[in-house]
Amino acid sequence: MEILYLLVPLSVVLVFIIAVIFWWSLKSGQFEDMEGPGYRILMDDDKSGANGNPGKPPTVDPDQGKSAGK
Amino acid sequence: MQSQATYNYKVVRQFAVMTVIWGIVGMLVGVIIAAQLVWPELNVVEFLSYGRLRPLHTNAVIFAFGGCALFATSYYAVQRTSHAPLFAPGLAAFTFWGWQLVIVLAAVSLPLGITSGKEYAELEWPVDILITLVWVSYAVVFFGTIVKRTVSHIYVANWFFGGFILTVAVLHLVNSAEIPVTLTKSYSAYAGVQDAMIQWWYGHNAVGFFLTAGFLGMMYYFVPKQAGRPVYSYRLSVVHFWALIFTYMWAGPHHLHYTALPDWTQSVGMIFSLILLAPSWGGMINGIMTLSGAWHKLRDDPILKFMITSLSFYGMSTFEGPMMSIKTVNALSHYTDWTVGHVHSGALGWVAMISIGCIYYLLPRLFGKPEMASKKLVEAHFWIATIGIVLYIASMWIAGVMQGLMWRATNPDGTLTYSFVESVKATYPFWTIRLLGGVLFLTGMLIMAYNMFMTIAGGKAVNAPVLQPAAAH
Repeated sequence: MEILYLLVPLSVVLVFIIAVIFWWSLKSGQFEDMEGPGYRILMDDDKSGANGNPGKPPTVDPDQGKSAGK
Repeated sequence: MQSQATYNYKVVRQFAVMTVIWGIVGMLVGVIIAAQLVWPELNVVEFLSYGRLRPLHTNAVIFAFGGCALFATSYYAVQRTSHAPLFAPGLAAFTFWGWQLVIVLAAVSLPLGITSGKEYAELEWPVDILITLVWVSYAVVFFGTIVKRTVSHIYVANWFFGGFILTVAVLHLVNSAEIPVTLTKSYSAYAGVQDAMIQWWYGHNAVGFFLTAGFLGMMYYFVPKQAGRPVYSYRLSVVHFWALIFTYMWAGPHHLHYTALPDWTQSVGMIFSLILLAPSWGGMINGIMTLSGAWHKLRDDPILKFMITSLSFYGMSTFEGPMMSIKTVNALSHYTDWTVGHVHSGALGWVAMISIGCIYYLLPRLFGKPEMASKKLVEAHFWIATIGIVLYIASMWIAGVMQGLMWRATNPDGTLTYSFVESVKATYPFWTIRLLGGVLFLTGMLIMAYNMFMTIAGGKAVNAPVLQPAAAH
């Protein structure tokens, strides 16, 4: 199984690269807010025509958040 | 409030429309080969024989249908969540035309019998080089947009899309290492069992990263958007990503149980496959529970029905997969139609259903319409597709277990009870039911195409302006 001499080092290198990216994301504060990002994509109104109406509220579900604890 | 710049919707539009078109083509070829199993006389000419059309079917549904869906959704999500238009729009256009050229070359070369013989990587070396160029461009466009982002956080869907793009690049380069002999023929750089190991290292990681990580990216953006609610647990989604990325790579050997592959390598593959159940179900539960407290939305939103049903099938097939990787179960299931049923519960139930849901989400937004031309037809599509999948996988389960039991049955004197052809004969009714399931699923896609053209006809191509990110709270 000489092929493992290719695949195993390749996996080790990949895991090392993934670990470096993980370390970078940790240090750069990607994990500091674990609630807000989920809500923020909903505040980006992408409905057709919605962007021309600044007065229109974003399409956030009115009963969101009620489910906490359910 | 908003800048003059607009998001690049053009390339998203192109890929979204081609997702539907290639979906119909790929599934039509699937229906043809399903019919050829029931009526072998349908193998009329060599170019349209089962052996040549089968790789065309898999390439068309995975790379043409699934690939276009991934390009469309990732380009959309990365722009909207980064609050920046696509980096290098010229390269983005190249990814569209280059990818279409790859698909057309596949559609011509595979029926001609030009193949490298490696499953899910049958395309010959010139096409492999073109795929590499398109993929590198895709990575440049995607990660360039991430770098250009005007918000500091990188939304979790982008992590999944990014992981998928990078890993598929590595898989493609390693697996497609080959020595060209002529323009249309090359030989793999690996031989024998080494080649088999590379093939399934590639094959299963293609399932894991092309057909799972990428589509999970879709799930984490489009399910919350369609539901109008944040993902159930953002923290869990981050854990899901890193757990999946760190543990996926070694499931491949489970495709080679009881072969010349060393026994310990098979066991490693089995153990990693079992471990994968944890992140898979974590993600599935996270997606479905996004609707927690708002289940009523499922009643009258057919797009959400597609998405939530796809997650149910994802949960089912990621339970079934680890079970089938257990050697004793695999001794029964391997080489039978059970495998085919398992693949399609993932491919139709998970990959196709989530893609269809996302394309229905995108089309009105890309063509300046409030919603699809007909919501009723979306609903009809959902039910026809779901019934089609159930017929498909239930018939294949029964057929697979039956075949496995017939092949292993022995008489008291040690001889085999059944000849192979007897198991083929016994499978006919189930192949017929499978064909019916496939025809239903294809019918659903035709309805989708009609609905898509009606939506496009009444709308006009729009590029939404880039919005400043909402203030952090």
